[in-house]
Amino acid sequence: MAKEIEHPRPVADWETRGYWEGAGRHELVLQRCKRCGSVQHRPRAQCAKCFGPIEHFVASGRGTVYTFTVTEQNQVPPFRDAVPYVLAYVELEEGPRLLTNVVGCPPDEVRIGLPVRAEFRTGADGFGVPVFRPA
Amino acid sequence: MTLSRQVAIAGVFEHPTRWAPDKTEFQIMAECARGALEDCGLELRDVDGLFAASMSMGAMGVVSLAEYLNLKPRHLDGTNIGGSSFVAHVSHAAAAIHAGLCEVALILYGSTAASNALAIGTGMGGGRDAGASFVSPYGLTTVGSYALVAQRHMHVYGTTSAQLAEIAVTMRRHAGLNPNAKMRKPITVDDVLSSRMISRPLHLLDCCIISDGGGAVIVTSAERARDLKKRPVLLLGCGEAVCHQEVGAPDLLSIAAKQSGAQAFRMAGVSHDDVDLCMIYDSFTITVLATLENLGFCKPGEGGAFVSGGRIGLSGALPLNPDGGGLSSNHPGMRGIFLVIEATKQLRGECGERQVLDASIALAHGTGGTLGVAHSGATLVLGRG
Repeated sequence: MAKEIEHPRPVADWETRGYWEGAGRHELVLQRCKRCGSVQHRPRAQCAKCFGPIEHFVASGRGTVYTFTVTEQNQVPPFRDAVPYVLAYVELEEGPRLLTNVVGCPPDEVRIGLPVRAEFRTGADGFGVPVFRPA
Repeated sequence: MTLSRQVAIAGVFEHPTRWAPDKTEFQIMAECARGALEDCGLELRDVDGLFAASMSMGAMGVVSLAEYLNLKPRHLDGTNIGGSSFVAHVSHAAAAIHAGLCEVALILYGSTAASNALAIGTGMGGGRDAGASFVSPYGLTTVGSYALVAQRHMHVYGTTSAQLAEIAVTMRRHAGLNPNAKMRKPITVDDVLSSRMISRPLHLLDCCIISDGGGAVIVTSAERARDLKKRPVLLLGCGEAVCHQEVGAPDLLSIAAKQSGAQAFRMAGVSHDDVDLCMIYDSFTITVLATLENLGFCKPGEGGAFVSGGRIGLSGALPLNPDGGGLSSNHPGMRGIFLVIEATKQLRGECGERQVLDASIALAHGTGGTLGVAHSGATLVLGRG
């Protein structure tokens, strides 16, 4: 079995800090527009559809695999030591598709449509990195 | 007034090198500039517009290049939207010439990607800023971004690895007719399928090669081009587009070519049946398949069948990348300029054994960036003048 990915820590600015801090509390934080209701990811200071004000909410953490690839070659550490690993878009129940890793099962068992749930890799920085495993 | 048929490609040069450890990027660009100027009979002092991008040129790279070439042009454009940049440079140059901002535009690319051992497909780590942080923790590779699209295409439409492999096999066959191509030994579908997996479902031979190289294109008014050495190639239509993750719901099968291609066809006033050959950026086999569908040469989902049965071969209904493409001829990091150069030479009838007979209209489409994550597209429709 390959090593688990030692995720490079995210760099936050004030628009994205809430997302990473939420993940540090094991919460998947998304944004919703208070004017048009659009749910958006990645986080921004305003709604990208209507420039309206946004609010944050905690998503369910449930979704399905939209597409994926089993990465067999990556020459950059730390990923070099973690191949093969699964890079995927997970479509959340709330709509947005997140680029992420699917963990917790052999790469061969990942399929498009596979139900998954979020878990979090927290670091000393207080941030969490959301990844997903079969539900 | 429309830009269509007002501006022409007058000179082109593709550097024959595929391995140049003894050269710098700017040196390769200078050698290409000289070649393209000789091709059309202009002098360096005639150049008053400079367009360039490269793997290592930073924010002011085009200024450094102007100094290196000892040029003081009156129009500068360092647009870098990935490998498609040089296709976009042609339309930017056309607009600038048409508007009177410059008269002779020189577009340049040079790279020592291979001799510098740049691991482009599987070695370029993500950035470290707040935006990149939504990608960088997860180990995205360039190949991986295209593989995400390939996997989705297979799931939705039943496209097979063998169909993708047909594209690689065809490009290799074409490369066999190009004396400068880096990889000329024929391959089979089985060779592609048994090559090692890089990012499932893409195998090694689904991926473009890495070479050194460079090229130059000279664009001027159609009127001026008529007085130069070679038969002009007219810009009939052009378009640009970008695709990204939007607010979190990207449709991975709808790529930038859909928008840029529709605009280019509309401006050109020609139909798909009028196109005699295509130069499609073949960073990976899936790039070709997705581009053909999104340009409208076949319906979504029909790309797998479309590329089979010899249709994209030299004697097929839609010859594609007669030079052997990035999959077999050359891919020095960014490939857009070679799409324009080969299209031009084909329309002039200068391509010898790999010549598409009586080619009068060509389409060139460049894709830049990471297909399933964020990419640009630029399309040109070109016609024999």
